[in-house]
Amino acid sequence: MKRREFAVAVAAFALLPEARATDDAMRAAIRAWAGRDPEAGTLKIEIAELVENGNAVPVRVVANEPVTGLALFTPQNPEPGVVQVAFGPDSPRPEFSTRMRLARSQRIFAVARAADGRCWQAGVDVIVTLAACVEP
Amino acid sequence: MRAWLLLVVALVAHADERRSGRDTMSPALRTLQADDAQHPAQLALALGRELWREGARSCASCHGEPEKLRGAATRYPAWDHGLVDLPGRIQRCRVRHQGQLAWPPEAEPLLALTALVAQQSRGLPLTPPRGPELDAAAKRGRSLYMTRTGALNLSCAQCHDERASLRLGGSLIPQGHVDDYPVYRLEWQALGSLQRRLRGCLNGVRARVPEWDSAELLELETYLARRSAGMAMQPPGVRP
Amino acid sequence: MATRAVITLPAAIKAGEPFEVRATVAHAMETGYRTGDDGARLPRDLVRRFECRLDGELVFSADLFAAVSANPYLAFWLRASKPGEISFTWRGDKGFEHRETRPLNFA
Repeated sequence: MKRREFAVAVAAFALLPEARATDDAMRAAIRAWAGRDPEAGTLKIEIAELVENGNAVPVRVVANEPVTGLALFTPQNPEPGVVQVAFGPDSPRPEFSTRMRLARSQRIFAVARAADGRCWQAGVDVIVTLAACVEP
Repeated sequence: MRAWLLLVVALVAHADERRSGRDTMSPALRTLQADDAQHPAQLALALGRELWREGARSCASCHGEPEKLRGAATRYPAWDHGLVDLPGRIQRCRVRHQGQLAWPPEAEPLLALTALVAQQSRGLPLTPPRGPELDAAAKRGRSLYMTRTGALNLSCAQCHDERASLRLGGSLIPQGHVDDYPVYRLEWQALGSLQRRLRGCLNGVRARVPEWDSAELLELETYLARRSAGMAMQPPGVRP
Repeated sequence: MATRAVITLPAAIKAGEPFEVRATVAHAMETGYRTGDDGARLPRDLVRRFECRLDGELVFSADLFAAVSANPYLAFWLRASKPGEISFTWRGDKGFEHRETRPLNFA
């Protein structure tokens, strides 16, 4: 990271202590599941860019090689874990779909774990709009 | 010459500008509604199919297969010694013909059966019935629709007629058609009726929320069905 | 209520070929962050684990957290070379457990 970018990142985090805490919590959760810090890699995360309601957001994660597990994490939900799936040895497709909750706009992360111990992650930005009216 | 011009203008003006809330949702939510295998109301529909055949005087014992009721849901609200919407009709059947106690409003089994019956009319146009009592009710409903109400002093028309397709907060304002009820509303994380939605909106403008099955709500429903008449139904719906 | 889960499998499954499974279980997935009408917090109550087995062998599993939507939905792919039985089990808080089985026959 260039010096200027690094300085900007630190300043932003300093203003939002909550954000920093949850990023650390997410990193710790990822590490706990993957066994180590993943490298940046390729994973397809299919999710709407603009979400009309964060209560049920369809999401699909696809790896482009066989994996033993896939997981989703969020830095800005109250907790980082979403779902962690494990594939059997004869699993024909390294992918899964679910519906997740998103508390607010954020970058969500998918992580993959391969049989040889490699792990990698990818992220995608999602904007979440909140309901205009509060239900009784 | 002038008469022809006026006629052409009139014809063009009558082109249907109505759009279902379905069509203004994101592709992801449209898929949730269109794909039965993913539809969030699947559990309710499965429950509905079970309830349909349950008991000595089951729905099936009179109606046969649910498919036999194709078209029924297009003809509500109806008049039967009072205004009745589809959930209300199901309640009446339960009490009068099945000898059971009515369910509380929005009860899970009631919504399940409403969803099942409504689903049988998928693709059919809404064709609310006419008659002197229904016409009077629709007129009162239209008046309610046009009148400002609540601490926020807003009428339904101001948002859903005048400002449809603009945004309230981050949310797109729909035209407010009633083609897909009951709907699985993501905000509710549950299936719900049109009355629930109307009560929610009235609460939103800080108006007094009418009681379930009140004249006010049924009259609004009667007007809304006519406002959406002719549009194809696709219940149960999915909405944010 | 009797209906607790919905499983969708393709009408025709071919031996050795991938097929998609869609499974939904009825569960509120109460996060623990919502308050009820009386203002008191609704306690956390989640489905925690999902397992899919082909004739007893674990072929797909998932650990779920509060960020999975109500009525948790999962879609995934399987492949089988011989007919048998697919089982689906969900387990969660307050002793929640639900199991479904479907016969696996080939087209």
